[in-house]
Amino acid sequence: MERKRRKAFVEQEYCVSCGCCVKECPVSAIQIVKGIMAEIDRQICVGCGKCAKECPASIITIREVVA
Amino acid sequence: MKNRKKKHWYDYMWIVSLSYLLLGFFNILFAWLGLLCFFIPLINSAVKGNKAYCNRYCGRGQLFGLLGGTFGLSRRKDIPGWMKSKWFRYGFLIFFLTMFAQMLVNTWLVFAGAESLREAVTLLWTFKLPWHWAYHTRTLTPWVGQFAFGFYSVMLTSTVLGFVTMILYRPRSWCVYCPMGTMTQLICKAKAHE
Ligand code: SF4
Ligand code: SF4
Ligand code: SF4
Repeated sequence: MERKRRKAFVEQEYCVSCGCCVKECPVSAIQIVKGIMAEIDRQICVGCGKCAKECPASIITIREVVA
Repeated sequence: MKNRKKKHWYDYMWIVSLSYLLLGFFNILFAWLGLLCFFIPLINSAVKGNKAYCNRYCGRGQLFGLLGGTFGLSRRKDIPGWMKSKWFRYGFLIFFLTMFAQMLVNTWLVFAGAESLREAVTLLWTFKLPWHWAYHTRTLTPWVGQFAFGFYSVMLTSTVLGFVTMILYRPRSWCVYCPMGTMTQLICKAKAHE
């Protein structure tokens, strides 16, 4: 059976690497790679959406993906 | 569910940022300390190739996060698309640096004796606010005071802009177009290409 899970995605082109999302994530799924952009480890992400609410550039979206 | 993350000492850097603004109200010479939050992030990015300053230590970002987030002084709306475009971010950086250079020229002119010290803080590069009460040491070489007024103007202006976008959009909207953040990101990009 296919299971759908909510996961966060970053529109990296517009990321300003401020790190606001990192601070919010309850499971530490986000890293700022080389000071350039945020990257989400979707194995860890639980799709809570806290990062998306906080991102000042509003570039994080929560999508349903097949796990 | 795990509750709030453990707080670190650097989560209180907003107190430093707030104190900075307040101290400048009483004695403008404290403005010189602001050079620290100019050089530390740049040096850190150039040496380490990361944005630890933004990601952890920046008190200004925390202050907006606190006022806009915890105190709810933010509409929490999406920032307009053009504000996060590279055009605007790099354009604002260039404008900001130009104004900064002009401030240095003013300091130089006072140093060289071509102009006399103006005891005023310039808000948004336009409005001159009287600030003479914060200048006590008139025996000092005037350029030291001129730089302090100029630097404090930069800091106050960016705080006001950040405050406005905090109210209009999200708490830390300033971080999208903050010249320091843009510069450190550019340095990191350059480092990553090395
Ligand atoms: S959606 Fe939640 S778990 Fe996933 S990265 Fe964002 S804050 Fe972390
Ligand atoms: S909060 Fe948004 S802009 Fe800032 S690092 Fe995270 S994804 Fe990038
Ligand atoms: S982008 Fe600017 S205000 Fe935001 S954390 Fe970085 S230096 Fe501080």
